[in-house]
Amino acid sequence: MAFGAFATATTAAEPAARRKSPIALLLLLPGLFYLGLFFLVPLLSLVITSLQEPDPLIFGQYQNAFRWENYVTVLEQYWPQAVRSFGFAAVATLCALLIGFPLAYFIGITLRRWPLLQALALVLVIAPFFISFLLRTIAWKQIFSDEGPVVGFLQSLAILPPGVAITGSAFAVIFGLTYNFIPFMTLPIYTSLERLDLRYVEAGGDLYASPRSTFFRVTLPLAAPGIMSGTLLTFIPAAGDYINASREFLGSTDTAMIGNVIEANFLVLQNFPAAAALSLVLMAAILVLVSVYVKRSGTEDLL
Amino acid sequence: MSNSAVPQGGFAEAGADLELVGITKRFPGFTAIEDLDLRIPAGSFFALLGPSGCGKTTTLRLIAGLEEPTAGRILIGGKDVTSTKAFQRPVNTVFQSYALFPHMTILENVAFGLKRRKVANADALAHEALRLVELDHVSARKPAQLSGGQQQRVALARAVVNRPALLLLDEPLGALDLKLRRQMQIELKDIQDTVGLTFLHVTHDQEEAMTMADTVAVMNKGVIEQMGPPQELYELPRTAFVATFLGQSNLMTGRVVSSGGTSMVVDVAAGQVEVPAERAQRTSGEVVVGIRPEKVTLHASDPGRQTGRNVVGPGRITDVSFSGVSTQYEITSPALGVFTVFAQNTSISRMHHDGDEVWMSWEVGHTFGLADEPSSVSANRFADDTDTSMIATQRREQLEAELEGA
Ligand SMILES: Nc1ncnc2c1ncn2[C@@H]1O[C@H](COP(=O)(O)OP(=O)(O)OP(=O)(O)O)[C@@H](O)[C@H]1O
Ligand SMILES: [Mg+2]
Repeated sequence: MAFGAFATATTAAEPAARRKSPIALLLLLPGLFYLGLFFLVPLLSLVITSLQEPDPLIFGQYQNAFRWENYVTVLEQYWPQAVRSFGFAAVATLCALLIGFPLAYFIGITLRRWPLLQALALVLVIAPFFISFLLRTIAWKQIFSDEGPVVGFLQSLAILPPGVAITGSAFAVIFGLTYNFIPFMTLPIYTSLERLDLRYVEAGGDLYASPRSTFFRVTLPLAAPGIMSGTLLTFIPAAGDYINASREFLGSTDTAMIGNVIEANFLVLQNFPAAAALSLVLMAAILVLVSVYVKRSGTEDLL
Repeated sequence: MSNSAVPQGGFAEAGADLELVGITKRFPGFTAIEDLDLRIPAGSFFALLGPSGCGKTTTLRLIAGLEEPTAGRILIGGKDVTSTKAFQRPVNTVFQSYALFPHMTILENVAFGLKRRKVANADALAHEALRLVELDHVSARKPAQLSGGQQQRVALARAVVNRPALLLLDEPLGALDLKLRRQMQIELKDIQDTVGLTFLHVTHDQEEAMTMADTVAVMNKGVIEQMGPPQELYELPRTAFVATFLGQSNLMTGRVVSSGGTSMVVDVAAGQVEVPAERAQRTSGEVVVGIRPEKVTLHASDPGRQTGRNVVGPGRITDVSFSGVSTQYEITSPALGVFTVFAQNTSISRMHHDGDEVWMSWEVGHTFGLADEPSSVSANRFADDTDTSMIATQRREQLEAELEGA
C-alpha cells in the first residue's frame, strides 16, 4: 500500500548515514527539474501576481509592482471566509477521524483473521474513488434537497422546522467534506493498525491494563503515525476545498470558504492580485498550522 | 474492578497455588494441549521442559489469560480464574518475544504494570528492578536501542517488578550469554526465595531446568510425560521420550524372561538385563529398558556374570571423543545398535581405543524400565506431526470458511 511510506515517514528515528555521491545527485536531477518547473515557477509567478497593481490605462489589466497592500486588503475583506475555512476543515477532520479510526481498526485488526474479508473491506473504502467526486457530491445535494428524503423525513418528525433547508448550511458543507475525505483518513490509519503487533496489546493486558487503558496507552500511540498522516491528508486539502462549499454543490454564499473566494476572484471578478494574495495566505497559514502540529505530536506523546 | 484478583496498590504477599484441571486447547485443526492436569504449590519453582512446538507457550498463555481453554479449569490461589480476563489475573509473563512497548522508554516499560495498579513509588521501584538486571543506565532509552539480551532483561524486570503471585517465564534467559545467564538464574532464584513467589519457568535448557527448579515437568505433544524433582526425573525416567530428552540414555528392547518379586530379567540380544521391580514400568512381554551413559563401565574382556551387575556385549568402539573431564565412547554392535558411554578421565592414559572390542556393565540398581511399547520407541518421537500437506489442507479449509463468511 502506497500509504505505508507515508505512515512510516514520521517514525523513522535513525538518520541514515550521509554520503555524498555524484550518482545520487544525478538521480535527483529529474525530481529537482520537475519541482522547479511545476512548483517553483508557478509559485514565483503567484508571488509576482499578488503584488501587481491595476493598469491605470486599461481597465481589467494589471501591471507589475510591489503593492503589498493587496495582502492587507484581502485579509480585511475575506478574513471571515479564511477563519471559516480552517474551522470547517478542522471539524471535518475530526469527524473523519471519528469515523475513519474505528473503520480502520475494524479492517486492520478485527478482520485480520479473515484476509479475504479484509481485502474486500479495503476495496469498499476505495470504491467511491471509482466515481468522480463531483458526481458523488451532487448526489448528496439531491439527497439533502428540500424535496429529498432526508428533509422530508426530518420534517415529518418535526425535528426540522418547515422552510429550513439542509443544503447551503454549514452542516451540509462539513458533511460533504467529511464524506469526501474519509478514505484519506482511513487508509493511513489502516496501514498503521494493520502492522500493529497484537503482542503489545497482550502485554498491556498482562500488565494489569484494562482494555480501555491498553487502547489509549498502547494501541493509539502505536497508530499515531497513521493518525498523523491521515489528519494531514484530510485537513490540508479540506481547508482549500472549493467544491463542497460552492453554491452549485452543498454550500451557499453564507458558507463560502477561502477556496470559493479565490475561485471567484480568479475566474469571475478577474481580480488576479487579490486571488494570488489569498492563495499565498492560505498556503502560509496551512504551512504554519501543519508545522506546529507535526512538531507537537512529534515531540510529545499523544497520550 | 471489584471482582479483580489483582491487589490494588500492593504486591502479592506470597506466591499462589496454580492448578490446571483437565485443560484442553484446540486450535482450528490442531490440538495443542490435551487434557492437562497440573498442580504447582505456592512458592515453588516449576520448570516446564519440552521440544519446540510441544505446547509450552500455549500453556503459559492459557494461565495468563491470553488464550481461552477449549475445556478445563484454571485455579490460581484456589480461585477459579478460567473466565477472568488477563488484566484481572495476579500473573505476569516474561514473553518469549519480549513484547516491550516500542513507543515507551525502558523506565516507562518497567513502571507500566505498577502504574496501572496505582503503586505509589512506581518509578523508584522500576529503577530498582532495572538495577537488579544491571540496566538502570539505559532507563531513558527506547527498546529498539537495546541489544536482544538487554531487551530480554528488561522484559524480565518488567514482569518481576510487579511481584505477582505467579510469574510465568517463557524462556526468559534464552538470549543471554552463559555468564549473564548464570547470574540471572541466581537473581531469579533469590527473588523467588525472598518473596516466595511461584515461578513457572519454560525453558529449552535442561541444565537450567535441573539446577533451578524444585519440580520439572517434561512435556511432549501437548501432554506432560513425567513430572517430579529433577534428580528423580533423571535417575528414573518413565518414558523413552523423557529418557532421551532429559540427558542421554541407552535404550534396549527385549522380552521379559522372568519377573520375580524384586526384579525382572529382560533378554536384550546382547545379554540379559536385570531391572529392579520398582524401577520397571512394565513387567511382561516386550519391554524397553535403559541406562544412563555415565553409569556404564567398559571392559576389554568379557567380565562374566556377576550378581548385582548387568553385562552386555560385545561391541566395537566406533567413535571416541575426548571432552576434558570425560571421554565419550560410541560402541556399535549389531545387537544393540549404538551405545554411548561416558567415562571419567581418571587414569593417565585412555584405556580404550577406536576399533577395540569391549563389554559394558553397570549396577542393576541404575537400570530403568520404560512404559513405552518397543515399536513406538524406534519411531522418531521428535518429528513435528503437522506435515506440509496437512497445513495446506488446513489453510484451504480456512479460506473456504472465509469465502462462505464473505
Ligand atoms: N494460534 C494458533 N493457531 C494454530 N496453532 C497454534 C497457534 N498457536 C500455537 N499453535 C500450535 O500449537 C503448538 C504449540 O505451540 P507453542 O507455541 O505452545 O509451542 P512451544 O512449546 O512454546 O514451542 P517453542 O519452544 O518453540 O516456543 C505448535 O504446534 C503451534 O504450531
Ligand atoms: Mg514457546
